[in-house]
Amino acid sequence: MSIHVRNVSKSFGDFSALEGVSVDVAGGSLTALLGPSGSGKSTLLRIIAGLETPDLGEIIIAGEDATGVRVQDRNVGFVFQHYAAFKHMTVRDNIAFGLKVRKRPKAEIREKVDELLKLVQLEAFGHRYPAQLSGGQRQRMALARALAPNPEVLLLDEPFGALDARVRAELRDWLRRLHEEVHVTTIFVTHDQAEAMDVASQIVVMNHGRVEQIGDPTQLYDEPASEFVMQFVGEANRLGDRWVRPHELDLSPDPAPGALEAQIERVTRYGFDARIELVTADGSELLVQVTRDRLEELELVAGQIVGVVALNERTFAGR
Amino acid sequence: MRRYALRFVALGYLAAILIAPLGVVFYRTFQDGFASAWEALSTTETIHAFKLTLIITAIAVPLNTVFGIICAIAIVRRRFPGKGLLNAFIDLPLALSPVVVGLSLFLLYGRTGWFGGFFERHDIQVLFALPAMVIATIFVSLPFVAREVVPTLREVGDEQEQAARTLGASGWQTFRRITLPSIRWAVIYGVILTTARCLGEYGAVAVISGRIQGQTETATLRVEERYDSFDLAGAYAIAIVLALIAIAVLLLMTLVKPREGTT
Repeated sequence: MSIHVRNVSKSFGDFSALEGVSVDVAGGSLTALLGPSGSGKSTLLRIIAGLETPDLGEIIIAGEDATGVRVQDRNVGFVFQHYAAFKHMTVRDNIAFGLKVRKRPKAEIREKVDELLKLVQLEAFGHRYPAQLSGGQRQRMALARALAPNPEVLLLDEPFGALDARVRAELRDWLRRLHEEVHVTTIFVTHDQAEAMDVASQIVVMNHGRVEQIGDPTQLYDEPASEFVMQFVGEANRLGDRWVRPHELDLSPDPAPGALEAQIERVTRYGFDARIELVTADGSELLVQVTRDRLEELELVAGQIVGVVALNERTFAGR
Repeated sequence: MRRYALRFVALGYLAAILIAPLGVVFYRTFQDGFASAWEALSTTETIHAFKLTLIITAIAVPLNTVFGIICAIAIVRRRFPGKGLLNAFIDLPLALSPVVVGLSLFLLYGRTGWFGGFFERHDIQVLFALPAMVIATIFVSLPFVAREVVPTLREVGDEQEQAARTLGASGWQTFRRITLPSIRWAVIYGVILTTARCLGEYGAVAVISGRIQGQTETATLRVEERYDSFDLAGAYAIAIVLALIAIAVLLLMTLVKPREGTT
């Protein structure tokens, strides 16, 4: 089920949360809304869900105007950052909720809940209460609950934000695999660019209530549309008014006359890669990424003065 | 040492202010034996007085429970002009002397009052009858449910309710399956307090009931009437029953209240 957001604006009092936002999401895709806090990404997600009403613009879900449709009739699954588990219900009852309020036959509910418990690997926990689960388990329960009524769209608001790093990475992989299995159109909100790059096939970068760029992870990294995207997605170096990705800089141990010079502060090796932090004469910091082979070839050490050469660089129109 | 001093002050104060008078009432009631107390309680007027108190309570408590829950939800979950006023007005019955409440009802429903003419033309007796007594009792016991439910609703937050909506629940389904279960202890606590307040109401009802024996005399009014008629045994016996009900209510509250931190 495709989702189209057309020219949506929303303010809360004096604060303009969204300004003329348009986004197209293809049916069955996995999209991330990425941006810093206050960028409007959660508001956009809540407007798609029907939890907020836009001041202007419309939401089209599966070809039909959903702007005026009430939350409960929109058939969206929503996963909250803090799980929003129904504390007085067991895991089974939580998952069954959406089916019970739709008055589905008991046998059907039981079958569907069993299936979902298996899908989220909580078969052994059906009779526990949310308070007896870990954060990751609770979020998986919330996911199963959202999927139970077979939603047309699955929306996740910073779903892994409250979890520790390891569980986070685990759930991330798991979400990607789940999406491959279930194929429901999924949009998730995150402020973590690595998470967005890792999970999503399409990323919508947002800032100050506007869309900065929409593209796949490679596009955003290689062809950022603005300084903001350049900085926010992946790492970036600024050389005057030019911008360079860390892997697009090369170093030479004996700088040519007139070349940019910098002093090496620190060298860190990450498996295949090495990261070199430098400071230029005017005090600005640079990050360079080279292969381990190249590092050994150059025999670089901290304290050394080297020349910096940009292999590729970009400028952005001032805004 | 300091700990003991603190306990001594707290318990001493309770003993002097609460337990001593209660003890005296118990002692006086059963001084002449159980039979005489029973006799004082089983007169037609006394039985009628208890019945009347229970009827008024049975009407006022459910009404104030529903109203209190609605008010609490409006105050916590909705935005509307005049919300601050509503929030402040709910506490009015706590601040206002019940006698003033009785007096204002008198002015409102009396023959020359705003509503008095209407009811008189339709031949409905409000003052010196059950309706006014119920209204007065509702007024004085109004805040308890709302005051208990408001902080709980705030603490629970509205995420669970939003989740229920996205799962297809209607407003009513969300209230019944999500909101109500999460505030149930607060509601029960509020109901118990409301009940206690209704059973004990004296001032407002004294003003507007007319205190007609066997007709508009509640249990608390009966206590005073017996006392004024020098039937001390009768007054004590009724007082004892009221006190026992109050203690039962308090015990119920302690039993029912969930252990701290379990909800």
